[in-house]
Amino acid sequence: MFSHRHARGLHHPTAKQGGIGLLALLAGAAAVWAVGSLISDIKPSDSARKERQKGRRIGSGAPDEAKSAVVGRTVTIHRPKAELYDAWRDFARLPEFLENVESIAVLDETRSRWTVTGPAGTSFEFFSVITEDRPGEVIAWTSEPDADVRNSGRVEFRDAPGGRGTEVKATIAYEPPGGPLGQIFAKMLQREPGLQVRRDLKRFKQLMETGEIAVAASRRAES
Amino acid sequence: MRALTWHGKRDVRVETLPDPEIVNPRDIIVRVTSTAICGSDLHLYHGMIPAMMPGDVLGHEFMGEVVEVGRGNTSLKKGDRVVVPFVIACGACFHCRKLQYSSCENSNPADTADLPETVYGHQTAGLFGYSHLTGGYAGGQAELVRVPYSDVGPIVVPEDLTDDEVLFLSDILPTGWMAAENCQIEEGDTVAVWGCGPVGLFAIQSALLMGASQVIAIDHMPTRLELAQRLGAKVIDFSSADVYSALLDMTGGIGPDAVIDAVGMESHGFAFDNIVDYAKQMLMLESDRPSALRQAIFACRAGGRVSIPGVYGGFVDKFPIGAVMEKGLTIRSGQTHVQKYLPRLLDMIREKKIDTTFLISHRMPLEDAAEAYRMFSDEPDTTTKVVLKT
Repeated sequence: MFSHRHARGLHHPTAKQGGIGLLALLAGAAAVWAVGSLISDIKPSDSARKERQKGRRIGSGAPDEAKSAVVGRTVTIHRPKAELYDAWRDFARLPEFLENVESIAVLDETRSRWTVTGPAGTSFEFFSVITEDRPGEVIAWTSEPDADVRNSGRVEFRDAPGGRGTEVKATIAYEPPGGPLGQIFAKMLQREPGLQVRRDLKRFKQLMETGEIAVAASRRAES
Repeated sequence: MRALTWHGKRDVRVETLPDPEIVNPRDIIVRVTSTAICGSDLHLYHGMIPAMMPGDVLGHEFMGEVVEVGRGNTSLKKGDRVVVPFVIACGACFHCRKLQYSSCENSNPADTADLPETVYGHQTAGLFGYSHLTGGYAGGQAELVRVPYSDVGPIVVPEDLTDDEVLFLSDILPTGWMAAENCQIEEGDTVAVWGCGPVGLFAIQSALLMGASQVIAIDHMPTRLELAQRLGAKVIDFSSADVYSALLDMTGGIGPDAVIDAVGMESHGFAFDNIVDYAKQMLMLESDRPSALRQAIFACRAGGRVSIPGVYGGFVDKFPIGAVMEKGLTIRSGQTHVQKYLPRLLDMIREKKIDTTFLISHRMPLEDAAEAYRMFSDEPDTTTKVVLKT
């Protein structure tokens, strides 16, 4: 199974493209990584797929499901779900662990203005509105209709078994800028949401469990 | 500060770098007094480990004095003398709370955790000075080191113990100890250890302390076999004896109850299968040499235990799963959960139950680190362990 996957990946034109993002790493390792993330695109996680099948509509600004990329990811965080919900509900704090979100200005109870980093150092803004909010359980939001990149997100919190804390499930749907080519471009720059959601959730976990976000840099300026 | 940096195959240099700083609240900065070169550093030296970048600072066995403390650490203070585990662990995640520190979910930064997750299915802990697969944290073969999550890892050591006595708490002593613990030693047991490098030697010592009736050491280097013998092991020189027959002779035809692979096969372990031809080439090279793990599994008695402290990174060819299944073997392995073992092992050093200094063959200044790597690589029989002093 493993070798089959990779054999397929090697002949896929975008596998090579994805590897460019990891120029500094061993070429072979980078290819495995790229193929891995490629597979996660072709086959979104089961949970994400189910969300799509349900045909959930979360607002007029929600991305067109036929054109959108959906990524889902679950992590277990050893903190109570109320605490995790509260941290996520404080939108102004999200840029602390959402790497490509530069800032979020909270405008009122449900609306906020997001400034997000795009490919090649560009940044763009959109307004976002909360579409679902159940304290301790779920937060969902979607971009307003005029957004350059129409996107929506949903984060669910549920108790993990055996005192393991809380299972946090994030599902992000977005319409890539410029269609599939834009997605490849974004992937090269490691701004692709499949990667992004996994890294962002990891940073959220680090922050909530340890009070800090792990960085390898030896100096503050490099972190 | 001065530090030993990696630039490529057999190319390491002592260079001047900017001093590290407190980056996160739970960090400390350690001024290194002693640091050792590990056998696993040689795999970096030989260019066998991917995800290395020119300029990376090597070294994961180090100790020294705390010179700066982040505001998030209330357990250490300036002037404390500490030994730092090679495994970076947060102490708060699911695995850390189960004392499985080397599986820490938080210490490998989000952007470097992708690679182990893709290759292994899950991420692994951050490690000092050991490639960007494990975070790319600057290592301890330097005058100064930033130590993250310092309220979990470093252990304060008393002044009445010398650096040489406690330095190996950072890696090879707990690694040897965990290797023996993974053997689940019972009265009357014979433990066979492949590889008499520092980890193998500490595994031998640990197995005897845990009550093994007999420990048999397997290697081909005379100096290393002699060190094993001095610890109380019986030895087999695989260059002149058939290991399997010898082991059966020495165990009444039963075979060793537990076997330890303290050799590892990192070099071809990283042959990811998207570069199949390269992998095959590596494996063929390796098939010309005795394969410690296959031999250990073959020799182990039915129902016995297989302990693997030797480092593997990827895939091995012709793994004898038949022998494992049909003989009902138990395999236990893992990067060492160093933090779990430190208090007990420090006590044992103080009580003189464990000798930690016998394997040091060279003490050299950090400035000569490049030459030390060359010696360790090219003269392994006489260079058992190099300690660098700053």
